[in-house]
Amino acid sequence: MDIQNGISMLLLTAALSLPNGARASASRAQSPRLIQPAQLAKLLSLPKAARPVILHVGFRVLYEQAHIPGAEYMGAASEAAGLARLRARLKTLPKDTFVVLYCGCCPWGKCPNIRPAYAAAKALGFANVKALQIARNFGADWVDQGYPVASSGAKP
Amino acid sequence: MNRLAQLVWVLAAAMLIPAASGAGPSKPPRAPAFAVKTIDGRTLASSALKGNVVLVDFWATWCEPCRTEIPAFVALQKRYGPKGLQIVGISLDDDVKTVRAFYQRFQMNYPVALGNAALAERFGGVLGLPVAFLIDRDGNIRARHVGQTDAAVFEKEIKDLLEKPSPRS
Repeated sequence: MDIQNGISMLLLTAALSLPNGARASASRAQSPRLIQPAQLAKLLSLPKAARPVILHVGFRVLYEQAHIPGAEYMGAASEAAGLARLRARLKTLPKDTFVVLYCGCCPWGKCPNIRPAYAAAKALGFANVKALQIARNFGADWVDQGYPVASSGAKP
Repeated sequence: MNRLAQLVWVLAAAMLIPAASGAGPSKPPRAPAFAVKTIDGRTLASSALKGNVVLVDFWATWCEPCRTEIPAFVALQKRYGPKGLQIVGISLDDDVKTVRAFYQRFQMNYPVALGNAALAERFGGVLGLPVAFLIDRDGNIRARHVGQTDAAVFEKEIKDLLEKPSPRS
């Protein structure tokens, strides 16, 4: 009886834990892998070959005023044109490329661009892609922190 | 010198030093001059807005916090426009057609133009959205709000500035 009870408990525990595990797995699949501004700033000092490919998926005027050195302008990924440009650029890269996507238009939770961009990269098979977590906006969390900045005309 | 006298001396010196060095309340920055082409093809120059309280809002149609603020701006323009408020929207969208459609859908009642980096830099940089600048009747920037801001905050500031007399009056 004790053994039967024990087996029943194990089966019950397994049954209860399965949906939680599945939910956690689904949540992990939807949440972007993140890189923090300080971590990315450190990577910028590495030799060029070791640096990630940085793609800006925010708005043109932001990019023109200030962007991460070496970052390429893709356009707002919440819009069809920006997303298409991002996909086209990604298709030119090997799938194992370390790619960092960033926007910085708005607070992290309200950014409409970073999640579609990340989803597009994942859908194209990029495993080593990270989203730069900008909590407030690019000005406050990158420029004002003294991290390296470049400015130039956009290259759409 | 007893302790009380020492304290009085130190306080008096502390009050005199800033006056002697010319320090005082800092002057608010001047709003930059600008001329933009609105989405309906008219030219809007800041010189034409002199004497008004002006709210310049940098925004984009795809920016959720920006969109949330727009109905409040429409209401503020309607309520305080006759008293001297002029809101100006500077959209940082790429496509003017998108902005025109948004303008109609949200029944916007103030001029909107497409912005660029040069204009943004004239305002000290727009490195996040939305950003709103509140300018008094004398052309001084009195407030800069980065990120979504409560309509009540804008309304209080606008009312305070509208109560000050216009330099033209």
